[in-house]
Amino acid sequence: MTAPLAVRGTAIRHRFGDTVAVDGVDLNVPAGMVFGLLGPNGAGKTTTLRMITTLLPAPIGSIEVFGVDVARHKLAVRRLLGYVPQQLSADGALTGRQNVALFARLFDVPRARRRHVVDLSLESVGLTDVADRTAGTYSGGMIRRLELAQALVNAPRLLVLDEPTIGLDPIGRASVWDHIGEVRASTGMTVLVTTHYMDEADQHCDRIALMHRGRICALGTPAELKAGVGPDTTLDDVFRAATGDRLASDAGERMRNVRATRRTAHRLG
Amino acid sequence: MSEQLAVPLTGWGESVPIGLPRLVLFRIGTMCLVELQKLRHDRTELITRAIQPALWLLVFGETFTRLRAIPTGNVPYLDYLAPGILAQSALFIAIFYGIQIIWERDAGVLTKLMVTPTPRIALVTGKAFAASVRALVQALVVLVLAALLGVGLTDNPFKLLAMAAAVILGSSFFCCLSITIAGLVLTHDRLMGIGQAITMPLFFGSSALYPVNLMPGWLQAFNHINPLGYEVDALRGLLIGVPAELGLDFGVLILASAVMIIIASALLGRLAR
Ligand SMILES: Nc1ncnc2c1ncn2[C@@H]1O[C@H](COP(=O)(O)OP(=O)(O)OP(=O)(O)O)[C@@H](O)[C@H]1O
Ligand SMILES: [Mg+2]
Repeated sequence: MTAPLAVRGTAIRHRFGDTVAVDGVDLNVPAGMVFGLLGPNGAGKTTTLRMITTLLPAPIGSIEVFGVDVARHKLAVRRLLGYVPQQLSADGALTGRQNVALFARLFDVPRARRRHVVDLSLESVGLTDVADRTAGTYSGGMIRRLELAQALVNAPRLLVLDEPTIGLDPIGRASVWDHIGEVRASTGMTVLVTTHYMDEADQHCDRIALMHRGRICALGTPAELKAGVGPDTTLDDVFRAATGDRLASDAGERMRNVRATRRTAHRLG
Repeated sequence: MSEQLAVPLTGWGESVPIGLPRLVLFRIGTMCLVELQKLRHDRTELITRAIQPALWLLVFGETFTRLRAIPTGNVPYLDYLAPGILAQSALFIAIFYGIQIIWERDAGVLTKLMVTPTPRIALVTGKAFAASVRALVQALVVLVLAALLGVGLTDNPFKLLAMAAAVILGSSFFCCLSITIAGLVLTHDRLMGIGQAITMPLFFGSSALYPVNLMPGWLQAFNHINPLGYEVDALRGLLIGVPAELGLDFGVLILASAVMIIIASALLGRLAR
């Protein structure tokens, strides 16, 4: 395979104290794809994304984004990225427009185009009417869309989304994916996404990696993964087959992770 | 709409290759602008925070002027106190910024900024700038009030400018000190505790309220390594014209804030882990 890689992760590992969150993962994301990272709570998905986005060091193994080494050239890697973290986060003391304009400045969108680009980004996520209200007054779904506008304002080559549709209503979820699809159609951007909605993953991801306890335990197109389990199966079945038999043993830990997620998912202004 | 969004595959960022020094300057400018935008949204807070220093001047200052308990030579105590209160209010504002940066971390805002091509030092400098702007607004309130109370302040514009510079340097130092501690202790609760535990000694271990020669020896020694002491000395020299070692004061303040900005930037990344 000589297809260019958006992400090349080799034997990456990360531990928090005694918890090995990511335990020797090889992750290759071909350029131009929508790549889904699935797995139960606490599997290590967020930790993996945080290593790719330069937030966490990867002392063991190596990560490249479009051939640029993440450990050595952090600023250069960040230029290529758009990132929407799992936690809802927009600066509640700034207006929606100021939030997007900030990111346009931080990515050196030339001043002459900045206003236009910011307006377009806000319009494309349907926030034009509320753009001059402070983000502290936005609903969860509006903040998610604002974050998407922020992440896309620099036309990133790699968009990293950590549960982008968490807490959104069905229409909101569909519109997030529509918007990502439109940007991809015009820029060829690569998307690396985590989600707990198997139907979304099935519908929108070109390739899926299933993570469990810090390791990747299944990898392939949605069709391949389903065919591997049996005829007439869904991704839900794949998920269960890959992780299910081990669920009972660590139910306690799973609950703890759900609670942690809940805690970070609340809105802060 | 998709056609309007058609942009080069590389993104705009890559089309503007600029050197690191210019990048840092650009980013500092952006972060300062954003802090100004945030300040505009809470203008009332800017004013209400000036109540405390005003009360110090009115209640503490007026009372101790009458008591004549603190010997300040031929300078009325209120005159002696005003620059000290100015430095104090700047200190209390600046120390708050460590807590603010932990809030921003908890809210995910800081994390997202750290995934943009922005050197950490620009994020820290933005905060130091915000602390300075707030401190200057308070300084204005304190100065107007002091003038109304009959404190003999300088009207030399250069001295007033130098005073502003001292306030900015002091605020930057304590803001970065606070961010440094935030980067070490990482949680809101621990920072609150430590913040309170250090502001009091910093304040009382300086000449803000009383002359150095009234302090016990060990406190005098502490005052010599306490940047607040140098800030107060500079402010007092500039505002009410008592003898001060301005060269030394500014030298210490410039060096201390430069070092602190660098340490705070180095530790900022820990907050995102
Ligand atoms: N900052 C941290 N400190 C200590 N442990 C952590 C930290 N972040 C994550 N962990 C642990 O690392 C493991 C992987 O967490 P991670 O957040 O990557 O999971 P996830 O796959 O994103 O889960 P979810 O679907 O719930 O978001 C978990 O056991 C978690 O408890
Ligand atoms: Mg996660």
